[in-house]
Amino acid sequence: MTAYSSEFEADWIRRIVAGEKQLFHDLIRPCERSIYFLLMSLLRNEAEAEDAAQETVIKVFLNLKNFRGDSQFRTWVLSIARNEGLGRLRKASTRREDSLDAETDEQTGDYTPAILTSWREVPSEALERKELGSLLREAIEGLPVIYRNVVLLRDIEEMDVRETAAALDITEGAVKVRLHRARAMLQRTLAPRLKGFAPRRGGLFGWGK
Amino acid sequence: MRIDCKHVWQHISAYIDGEIDASQRVEIDRHLETCEICSAVLDSTRNVVVLIADNRVFELPAGFSDRLHARLDKEIELTET
Repeated sequence: MTAYSSEFEADWIRRIVAGEKQLFHDLIRPCERSIYFLLMSLLRNEAEAEDAAQETVIKVFLNLKNFRGDSQFRTWVLSIARNEGLGRLRKASTRREDSLDAETDEQTGDYTPAILTSWREVPSEALERKELGSLLREAIEGLPVIYRNVVLLRDIEEMDVRETAAALDITEGAVKVRLHRARAMLQRTLAPRLKGFAPRRGGLFGWGK
Repeated sequence: MRIDCKHVWQHISAYIDGEIDASQRVEIDRHLETCEICSAVLDSTRNVVVLIADNRVFELPAGFSDRLHARLDKEIELTET
């Protein structure tokens, strides 16, 4: 992810609003992934997430003059994406698979992890195996939406707690609680299934063969 | 007082992110030295976090960016007429 300084960003925004509209392409590029995956997390449909991402980017372009710079540009963009996604979910409420309101952080759940007595690390190279990627995606897609959104922005898009809280319009405390629960759920689902992807003990040429 | 496994599990996420205070970290580290279950739970959780962050897990659909910028070009044209 390209890190833009806010001064640099503010300068570009001024120039775009003043008429150098083509610059907008480069302004939005670093946000594209986060926009898409936040919408994918909400809508769970590739085609619709892509369409909603395009709508979001156009709304950002048309409303750029209203950006006040009191948050990071990406945070502002992601809150527009979230509103776009939530608006679509409301319209298609019959299609909704999980409620956005019913689940609160007060609910007490069982967050006992998968109990293991030893762990052999699965190296990132194991991702060359397609099944591993699908396993991880399925586990994340299986999380309730409020946890999925947080894990997506914090662990996948690597946004900090403050930025995640602002983009999702929740408190920083809620980000931490939800992230903790999400990771615990992922560990519980994934740990027993990931074992097969660890390199064989002691072998130099072991894993994946 | 010795902390128990449940206490460690409650703080695993904050521990991974380095967001717990020093005294708690010391207690958890001490627990981890002798508890192979909590060590395995911590290692597996950390491993999961590292794996899901890999860009190969979540990729944009092919052509996503091209389609987005083509649509944007049309919109920019509209505002210029």
